[in-house]
Amino acid sequence: MSASIAGPDAQALLRYVLRLGDMSLVLGQRLGEWVGHAPALEEDLGLANIALDMIGQARLLLTYAGEVEARGRTEDDFAFLREHGEYLNAVLAEQPNGDFGQTIVRQVLIDAFQLELYERMAASTDQRLAAIAAKSAKEVRYHLRYSGGWLVRLGDGTEESHARVQSALHTLWPYTVELFAEDELDRAMADRGVAPRLPDVKIAWDRRIDELLAEATLARPQDRPYSWFGKRGQHSEHLGYLLAEMQHLQRAHPGARW
Amino acid sequence: MSAAAAENRATNAWDALASVEDPEIPNLSIVDLGLIRGVELRADGTLEVALSPTYVGCPATDVIRRSVELALAAAGVGAFAVTSVLSPAWSSDWITAEGRRKLEIQGIVPPIETASSMRDLLRHHQPVGCPRCRSIDTECISEFGSTPCKALHRCRACLEPFEYFKCI
Repeated sequence: MSASIAGPDAQALLRYVLRLGDMSLVLGQRLGEWVGHAPALEEDLGLANIALDMIGQARLLLTYAGEVEARGRTEDDFAFLREHGEYLNAVLAEQPNGDFGQTIVRQVLIDAFQLELYERMAASTDQRLAAIAAKSAKEVRYHLRYSGGWLVRLGDGTEESHARVQSALHTLWPYTVELFAEDELDRAMADRGVAPRLPDVKIAWDRRIDELLAEATLARPQDRPYSWFGKRGQHSEHLGYLLAEMQHLQRAHPGARW
Repeated sequence: MSAAAAENRATNAWDALASVEDPEIPNLSIVDLGLIRGVELRADGTLEVALSPTYVGCPATDVIRRSVELALAAAGVGAFAVTSVLSPAWSSDWITAEGRRKLEIQGIVPPIETASSMRDLLRHHQPVGCPRCRSIDTECISEFGSTPCKALHRCRACLEPFEYFKCI
């Protein structure tokens, strides 16, 4: 428990927990858009199940954020009543679904990131984060098994499927830089043993992604200079539309319940 | 309260919990699934029932919690509190022998591995035997089935689809 944390330390922890929770929430909302639209029933179920796990992670993390902040905000307050610039997810999570291949590429990139991050965070000095991470890592392994399996099938599939996922990889790759762009907050969390060091996560992520890309016969794009910083609240325009849809009901009818 | 009376309340609570079925897998109780981490009497006389969620986003979690509260109230175990335990994370290793038997009866293949042998889940594919014809010539159609805890498989020998309770 982190009940004893106060002042600037609590502020930093709050922002860090929001980064994690917002990534899960935004990606969960995106995956939910596939419900009823996936190419086959099995994929509809697969994407919806991963979406549910993401929302589950977000609920645990945003509830914890409320406790760290200690001003009475609930998971719902964080999800439905914050603005665009208050969301702290990496921009990759909010990128549109595109075709099934693009959704799979986004999922592989984030699944591999969450897996390497959460497996290490299971040893966090913050007991609550350690518990959430250990629980989530087990589930994320199945997410990556699903998304990685599809990446290989599509990449090493037909000419058409190969071309589409390769193109999606080029579209989304620039946003991966942000995942590992270590800033002061990432370093402070690592110094306190709350989070793993991002360069360590990057080495493991690279290894996993390179293996998958090789098996999928896909070429790894070059890293390019990156200017977005969703982790600090600077988002692409896509997040605004996503939030408009997700928050509409609570904005129009504040406090509405099922 | 005497030790015998406390023991009695705990026994009644366990009996009540054993009657709570998983909403997605009827006949399988939450005790069979290994979701109950403990039943303990607090100093203030409240009976604490510790419950593990299976998957973080499983919609059945809230239903299970409510069913537990109703069952404990109906059993008259006195003051109780249901707490949620995240750590250690629930594992399919905790499904009881009875639970595995009940899964099989319903045509759901119980986990064929333990969570510790699943470290390298990504490279590791053990064949899952068909619950109908016992062939091991089967394939995984999807890692996710009707619920997050199950995967969809298909038997190439008898051509029937079946569900597999994932190892986690």
